[in-house]
Amino acid sequence: MGPQLSWYLALSALLFTIGVVGVIIKRNVIAMFMCIELMLNAVNLTFVAFASFFGDVTGQLFVFIVMTVAAAEAAVGLGIIIAIFRNRESLDVDDASILRL
Amino acid sequence: MESNLLSLIIFAPLAGAAINWFIGRRVRDERFIGAVACGSIAISTIVAFYLAFNSHGALRTEEPVLDHIWTWLQVGNFRADFALGMDRLSGMYALFVTLVGLLIHVFAVGYMHGEEGFYRFFAFMNLFMFSMLTLVLGDNFVLMFVGWEGVGLCSYLLIGYYFDKKEAGDAAKKAFITNRIGDWGFVLGIMLTFAVTGSVSFFANPAAGGAHTAFEYFANHAADSFTWGAITGLGATSIALLLFIGAVGKSAQIPLYVWLPDAMAGPTPVSALIHAATMVTAGIYMIVRCSPIFVDAPTAMFIVAIIGAATALFAATIGLAQNDIKKVLAYSTISQLGYMFLACGVGAFIAAIFHVITHAFFKALLFLGSGSVIHGTHHEQDMRRMGGLKKYMPITFATMFTGWLAICGIPIFAGFFSKDEILWKAWSAPGFSIPGGFSKILWGIGALTALLTAVYMTRMMVMTFWGSERFREKHGNHAGDHGHNGTVEPHESPWIMTVPLIVLAALSTVGGFIGVSYALSSFVSNKDLNVIEHTLEPVVAKAPNGVGRETKAGSPQLLSTPPRETAAAPPVHELGPLEIAGEHENHSAEEISAERWLALTSIIIALAGLAIGWFTFQKRPLLQFPRILENKYYVDEIYDAALIHPIEAGSREGLWKIFDVGVIDGLLHSIGEAVTEAGRLGRYLQAGLVRGYAAIILFGALVLIAFFAYFSFQALPH
Repeated sequence: MGPQLSWYLALSALLFTIGVVGVIIKRNVIAMFMCIELMLNAVNLTFVAFASFFGDVTGQLFVFIVMTVAAAEAAVGLGIIIAIFRNRESLDVDDASILRL
Repeated sequence: MESNLLSLIIFAPLAGAAINWFIGRRVRDERFIGAVACGSIAISTIVAFYLAFNSHGALRTEEPVLDHIWTWLQVGNFRADFALGMDRLSGMYALFVTLVGLLIHVFAVGYMHGEEGFYRFFAFMNLFMFSMLTLVLGDNFVLMFVGWEGVGLCSYLLIGYYFDKKEAGDAAKKAFITNRIGDWGFVLGIMLTFAVTGSVSFFANPAAGGAHTAFEYFANHAADSFTWGAITGLGATSIALLLFIGAVGKSAQIPLYVWLPDAMAGPTPVSALIHAATMVTAGIYMIVRCSPIFVDAPTAMFIVAIIGAATALFAATIGLAQNDIKKVLAYSTISQLGYMFLACGVGAFIAAIFHVITHAFFKALLFLGSGSVIHGTHHEQDMRRMGGLKKYMPITFATMFTGWLAICGIPIFAGFFSKDEILWKAWSAPGFSIPGGFSKILWGIGALTALLTAVYMTRMMVMTFWGSERFREKHGNHAGDHGHNGTVEPHESPWIMTVPLIVLAALSTVGGFIGVSYALSSFVSNKDLNVIEHTLEPVVAKAPNGVGRETKAGSPQLLSTPPRETAAAPPVHELGPLEIAGEHENHSAEEISAERWLALTSIIIALAGLAIGWFTFQKRPLLQFPRILENKYYVDEIYDAALIHPIEAGSREGLWKIFDVGVIDGLLHSIGEAVTEAGRLGRYLQAGLVRGYAAIILFGALVLIAFFAYFSFQALPH
């Protein structure tokens, strides 16, 4: 008996939850960034799992789009992180709070 | 008959107005501007006379001359065309409007000489003629209303012609606003007419697709009862009274007459043309045009008669005490208009039109004469500083002399016949709209007014032309106002002003012969010579059981009247069964003798008035009248206190300070404050903490998931 669909989904949910919790609790902006990537890839895993089990490539197509968005986001996000670091000498997001009241 | 020439009557003055406005203002040559203005009116006059008197002319056949220019409004059943119609009534009006208008235009070229706004004056005058002729010739209520508003606008523009004088500007506004009150009634009347009859047309014009007119309905329905309740019955009486409100505003009757005396702030030719001869008689035209409605509305006719008689007497008493020559004539105009309404109210529509025409002649003459006097005395209007002008202005004097006799009602002059006709009709008013006994009271008021008219007109003539020469006296505080000092010799006006005076004097003398009643003409001839009565009879409705009008036999000698049944589209359905029966009565002997006695009485009254005026004012031309008369019964002050100040105070304290500042501004301000407050609270969401934002996003996502999860479970089949 091969792997069941629910196994993939459970893994995906686990990865997604780790991503969410990471974004909330981490202060290091790089770590938060990685957690976001983790969430995206958890979703990707769900897509490919469904695509494989239903024999439909639509899910795989969506994965490509998500990956493209993730790449673009990585480029912009890393650019912002570098800019913040140059200004503040810090990667702690709680320090980047000049919009605060 | 369809004739496109008809539109030329109205469009020639419009073209003249456009040329003077756009080209005349650049050319600034008085001869060019005057020629354009007078030429365009001359074209109208010639065309009007041609269309009225050619072999198929409007005055010679039963068929109106129609001209459908374009379909203007068509919404469902409602149809109003830009179409003109000239029947006997509108033809008659068009004739005297164009003729008197032409003479006044010519006069004005001389009177307005050297004025800065010469082109503006004539552009407005031509525009006025366009509006007035549209009013008269329009073939439906809506187009009539366009002309009605157009003359109101031109009146406003021309009263305010000297716009650098505050008095003129105020008078213009007063006229405009007072007329709006009347127009309110007129518009409601038109709407109610459409609601009741389903048509706003006067003529059944095949080109306009009009199968039925607004008046057919009334011909086929019984008259309203003579009760106060009929006023709110939404029938003929309601329509007639709403229309009458419009007429009251335009024709300066109680209680809306107050604008007309102030309108004398405009140049004198304007007073002559608009505020004496033509525009103010539009109310009479409208009522006579709507006579089929009015004869169904006895209550309305009763009110018209009462208002007319009251105005006639009231204005005449004020006219006694005025010192401004134009104010005397203004109150005289109001009084004479009251006469015409009295005539309408007693069902003597034709007599009203007759008086409109003769009044147009002699009142235009008197106004132009006063203009000539004002011109000759270097803009002096106060009769206390005139006197003895006879010697200096012989032509003006001679022409005004005829006008004076005409308005006083001295026989053979025009005013005698029309005024006498009205008095006779009032005396013998049918019981239909005038309760018994009232007709004698109305006659008494009319006769008293005639006496007063003779007195104040004599006073005006005596103060102006006879007596000591007071114009050399020190002008006192007025010297500065008029910009001339020391003595000035009065002089006769140039020919361009005296020629129209002479023509009008001739018309005032002989104009009355178009309407000599049978009782008077039968002294010399057995034929019925009342041309105006025969001409207008087919287009004017008669009050039922026409007691008191000498109803005519077929009268074949003057106009070949085709049998009514064969007329394809009779212009106005005026005959109910009652009137047909009455039409074949002949002049009864006792009526004729009664009418002759009344005529003699009115001659005696006129002569008595002349004598009283002559002997009183020759001796004491500066006789002081009771202050209440001089101050016009304080009506302006009462209106100020009772209406204008409350409205002003209500506007300032209520509408402005409470409603505008409180409600409207308050609403806007509180919206702004609410947004500011919401923003102030919303700022706390923007904590500036990245993880805070992330938490909010998460929270939002959870809410969405919970929402969809909950409702998808709900939707699942159990």
